[in-house]
Amino acid sequence: MKKVLAKAYLYLLLAMLYAPLLFIAVFSFTESRVLGNWTGFSTKLYSNLFTGGMNGGSSLLAAVENTLLIALIAAAISTLLGTVAAVGIFNLKGRKKQTMQFLNNIPMINPDIITGVSLFLLFVFLGFSQGYTTVVLAHVTFCTPYVVLNVLPKLAQMNPNIYEAALDLGATPGQALWKVLVPELRPGMISGFILAFTMSLDDFAVTFFTRGTIGLETLSTYIYADARKGGLTPELRPLMTIIFLIVLILLIVINMRQEKMKKQ
Amino acid sequence: MIKRSYWSLPYLIFMVVFVVLPLLLIVLYAFQDGHGHLTFANITRFFTDSDSLSTFALSIEVAIENTLICILLGYPAAWILSNRKLNRSAVTVMLFIMPMWINALMRTLATAELFSMLGFTLGKGTLLFGMVYDYIPFMIYPIYNTLMKMDNSYAEAAEDLGATPWKVFWKVTVPLSLPGVMSGVLMVFMPTVSTFAISEFLTNNKIKLFGTIIQENINSSMWNYGAALAFIMLFIIGITSLFGENKETQAEGGLI
Repeated sequence: MKKVLAKAYLYLLLAMLYAPLLFIAVFSFTESRVLGNWTGFSTKLYSNLFTGGMNGGSSLLAAVENTLLIALIAAAISTLLGTVAAVGIFNLKGRKKQTMQFLNNIPMINPDIITGVSLFLLFVFLGFSQGYTTVVLAHVTFCTPYVVLNVLPKLAQMNPNIYEAALDLGATPGQALWKVLVPELRPGMISGFILAFTMSLDDFAVTFFTRGTIGLETLSTYIYADARKGGLTPELRPLMTIIFLIVLILLIVINMRQEKMKKQ
Repeated sequence: MIKRSYWSLPYLIFMVVFVVLPLLLIVLYAFQDGHGHLTFANITRFFTDSDSLSTFALSIEVAIENTLICILLGYPAAWILSNRKLNRSAVTVMLFIMPMWINALMRTLATAELFSMLGFTLGKGTLLFGMVYDYIPFMIYPIYNTLMKMDNSYAEAAEDLGATPWKVFWKVTVPLSLPGVMSGVLMVFMPTVSTFAISEFLTNNKIKLFGTIIQENINSSMWNYGAALAFIMLFIIGITSLFGENKETQAEGGLI
């Protein structure tokens, strides 16, 4: 009885959580421009999305492209900067270490809007013209702390002597770095990269304040502008459905891999 | 030992330029007028403007209500998910966490569209409902995490010593899971106060929250007043983060 009630509660909550997404997915298979109006099964919105037909498709695809590109670049830079920083922080002591950790926490505690407004003021103050570069720099700012936090535990787990051992056995510092240090830290770097990538994909507020006026649109800013205009681009429905499916499949794969690793 | 403490230097320089300096600029702009003269006018303007004050009060109210509902609905869910007798499925856990990985604007837009199709008038009710939709995964996840890491022998000891299941729950499980609730509160409360797009979508621009007036001021080039409002928000963050632990614990495990 208790088990049935518990399960019922979970499923009810899940149904509530997923209702909006399922609703969008269902109505991505009809042509009607008005959402909630079923005019028969059709995959026209899907073909519109990919061929850029009608007005919405092409600018929407460009926004998706920008989003992915920015996320990729920002995550790559963050992973590099964050890993180097983590090695440094790990070897610091006392007050210096605390200061670095405190600074590293600030972008995570700050709400997006504070990060966005403060960086906007920075770029205005420095006279930077805002666009692609400023958005990437801003994303690196709020992504790097997560990389640092994912790499630090790997440094703590690592046997500190193996790096020295590699040097004693005749490896150059460069070789010791690539063949010893990097492989040890790789799991942390990968999870840091994934986290940074998704944080960047998800961002709206920071991009909104740092993209300037050159008309750079990411998926988030595109949706925002669209909703403000009132009419929602119908091609957003198939796009949302596809993104939803990709995330679902990715998470299931990651989950299954973790289960497997646990069993081994 | 690898003597590489100087490796933190590039990141230190980066953070001084992109974290510390920008925050100082918020303070600087907040206490300046349009001509760069020092002034308290922006701050006093906030405290004497009834519109700004009522928006601020409403934001805090919505954030408190949202946080409470998320705890009330999310805690039981996290508890059931972490209980091995009631749930063994990793997929169910994943389904609760998955919305965190999908663009928040997309989810909010879907919610708002569903509401308007169902014929609800967009207003405070839908705002609160939609906020709960958006933020409940961020409450469930940290609570679930602390419950999973909790040492079961405490609860067993209490049981052995004659406590009823109800007593065990309130006197052992709940107190031990408070750090998780605290980080959940941090992940729900401040984002609710500061959001702007989400509240606009869910109320069809009828209700403004604090984030919206910051955005409007910055976008209409009223940088100084916008910075002053952001400064007030920073002040609140300073106070709330004194209560909570930092977010390190969640990020370390990765959000998967």
